[in-house]
Parts: sequence; structure tokens; C-alpha cells
Amino acid sequence: MKNIHKSPWLLHYDGSSCNGCDIEVLACTTPVYDVERFGVVNTGNPLHADIFLITGGINSQNEEVVRQIYEQMPNPKVVVAVGTCACTGGIFKECYNIKGGVDTVIPVDIYVPGCAARPESIIDGVVQAVALFKEKHMKEKGGEKA
Amino acid sequence: MSTATIRILVMLVYIVCAPLIGGLLDGMDRKLSARMQGRKGPSIFQPFYDVAKLTQKQLLQVNKFQLLMVMSYLFFVILTGVLFFGGFDMLLCFFSLSTAAMFLILASTSTHSPFSTIGTHRELAQMMAYEPMVLLTAVGFYLATGTFQVSDIIQAQIPAIAYTPGFFVGFVFILTIKFRKSPFDLSMTHHAHQEVVKGVTTEMVGIEYAITTVTEWYENVFLLAVVGLFFINDNPISYLVAVVAVLATYFVEILIDNTSARVKWQMMLQLAWGVTLVSGGLNLFILELINR
Repeated sequence: MKNIHKSPWLLHYDGSSCNGCDIEVLACTTPVYDVERFGVVNTGNPLHADIFLITGGINSQNEEVVRQIYEQMPNPKVVVAVGTCACTGGIFKECYNIKGGVDTVIPVDIYVPGCAARPESIIDGVVQAVALFKEKHMKEKGGEKA
Repeated sequence: MSTATIRILVMLVYIVCAPLIGGLLDGMDRKLSARMQGRKGPSIFQPFYDVAKLTQKQLLQVNKFQLLMVMSYLFFVILTGVLFFGGFDMLLCFFSLSTAAMFLILASTSTHSPFSTIGTHRELAQMMAYEPMVLLTAVGFYLATGTFQVSDIIQAQIPAIAYTPGFFVGFVFILTIKFRKSPFDLSMTHHAHQEVVKGVTTEMVGIEYAITTVTEWYENVFLLAVVGLFFINDNPISYLVAVVAVLATYFVEILIDNTSARVKWQMMLQLAWGVTLVSGGLNLFILELINR
């Protein structure tokens, strides 16, 4: 389908972080940045989501939660790690309960660095995720035909 | 052209055009809401992109039963509109609509998800809140025009609104519940901030959610047509008045949605039944007095 990239629905999950990136993600939906103009909807339901946006690192408690949310999302799906903690574990990396970045649990497609990640870079990451979302969809369709 | 041919044509036009009109109204809703919040908002065609995307997603369904129930929901809502636009009995339309709502409830309970279960309980509370007024609306049309047949109601000398302003107010009030607008979006909200995730639609994936959305568009067009029916009489200009009234009503619903916070179900029940009793009941009482 040609227009699949026009309707990317986000699911936002906050792992172990200082909530800085969390606030910046919410800032993207405010009138200043208004991501809904790209058709982005911040949905709270993994079954309806296309893009999984994670802020913060992974600890031993939320590991299963993140994995379950990822598995509940129907294909095609894209994972975006927002902020240094989500990318590598960041300042919390050495903590006894931290496993590291999101990619220690689920495959990550797009990394958005920053502490905290700026709304502009988050939107840039989402735009790249949308392109990848379309690409994955096309690949799936191609696979079906073959 | 005979009356029967026109009726069939109108029914076909409803089946084809209702999702287009419903989708555009939904797009307008999102654009207007964004403007009210000082945002640019998505394209007016956004709901169509969303539905098209949903049909392409992997169908991670919990059970096959749910898809069947969702399709039955669609079927009965279309039947409701077809009966209405075909000029049949008003009561039949509303009974068909209630049957459709039952299928939505079966679809959402079939998964045993805690979120959709709470959503279902709230959906039932919503039905309890709006059903009396829906039935009273049919009674109102009967008292105003002496018939339940839509084809005869539109032939009336004086539009129904002249006799039934109270019923109209009551019906518009419960429309907020039917459209799933704040403050009465308890069982499912169109916005992303609900404590029960997506309520009755939580477990609907891909094509299932797409069908539910399209069904909502069919239902909205039917409900707005009932609003229009209040203004229609044998004068052709009344159709124009009806369109203006429908658009004004829809705007008011969007305004209410953007300016109010979600209430608890007790409050919804009290408000809906209160308005039904005072507005609808008083109008009924006065009409009965005049007729006597």
C-alpha cells in the first residue's frame, strides 16, 4: 500500500530514566511541535501501534514488560530508542539492576541520542522510523508475492 | 421513477456514501479539535489513511469469534441505516441499532482482556444511559407526525422540531455518548489518554479495528440523519435546513468534547436520565395534553 506511511501510530513506554526524555516525547504532541500533523497518534495500545518508542534503559523488572509489549505489536513494526539511556544505558549503565540499552532485550531499528533528546531529534527519529515502517511493509508484501 | 426505485436508490447511496461522509466528518472533527487546541492538525483525509493502514497490519487476533462478531456489528449498523434511508419504521431502526450494539459487546467480551472487560461494563452503562432517550425519540416523532414510518415523517406539513424541541435536546445530549465524546467517552475514547487503554476496542487488531471504525462512521451518519429528520418536511428547502442543523450539532459535539473532562458512569447516568426525564418527559407530557 502506497500511503501506509501516512498513519504511524506510536506507543510510548518509559523504562528506567530520569523522565527527561519522557517529557520531551510528550512535548512533541503539544501545539509547538504537533506531531499529529503527520498523522501520528500517541496510542496506549500495543495492538494498535506501529512504532514502539522507548525512553530509558532496561532493568531486570521491566525487561519482560518491554518484551511482551514488543510481541503484542502486529507486524510491520519499528522500534525507536529515544535518549542516551535507551540507546546504551547511559548514566545508569553501571547500576546493579540495569541491563543496558533497549537493544539488550528487543531489536532496535532507530537510535535517537541526546540527554534529554530534543523534540526536534525525536521527530526526526520518528520520521526515519516512518520511512522504515513503509520499507518493512513493502518487503512483507514482496515476500507474500514470492 | 416509482417510489420503490427511489427508495432502493437511496439505500444504495447510503451503503456507498455513508463511510465516505462519516470518514470526512471524522477528519473534520480531528482538524477542528486540533484548531481548538491551537495545533495544525492532520489532513482531513487522515481517518481514511488510518483505516487503510489497519487493513494492512498483521491479524494477531485472540480468537476467530471476535472477527465474526465485529462483522455482525457492521452488518446490523448498515441494516439500521438502510431501514432508515429506505423510509421504513423508525422503531425497527432503533431495535436494529440495539442489536448491533449487542454484537460490539460480544466482540469485546470474547477476549477476556481486563481492559476490554471494564470497557464492556462501561459500554453497558452507556447503553443504559442513552437507550431510554433513543426510544423516546421515536415516540416523539410519532406524536408529532402520527406515524413511525420515516417515509411519512418526511411528508409532514410542519417539521417535527416544532412539536418536539424537548426530544431534540434530549437526543442531541445522548449523541455525546453515542459519538464517544468527552465527558461521556467512558468505554472507548478516540484520544490517547484513557485508564482502560482503548476500552471495548482494546483487543481489536488490524482489520477488526478497521471494521469497527468504518461501522462507527455508518452509525454516525445514521444518527446525524435522525437529527436532520427533526427538521425535514414536505418543503424541499427543509433539507437544506436539516444539513445546516446536522453540521451545527456536530460542531457542538466537538466543542463539548474539547471543553469537558471525562465523568464517572454514575454521573453520566444521572445526567442522561435527568435530561431524558426533564426534556423528553416534559415535551411528551405537553404533547399529550395538546392532543387531548
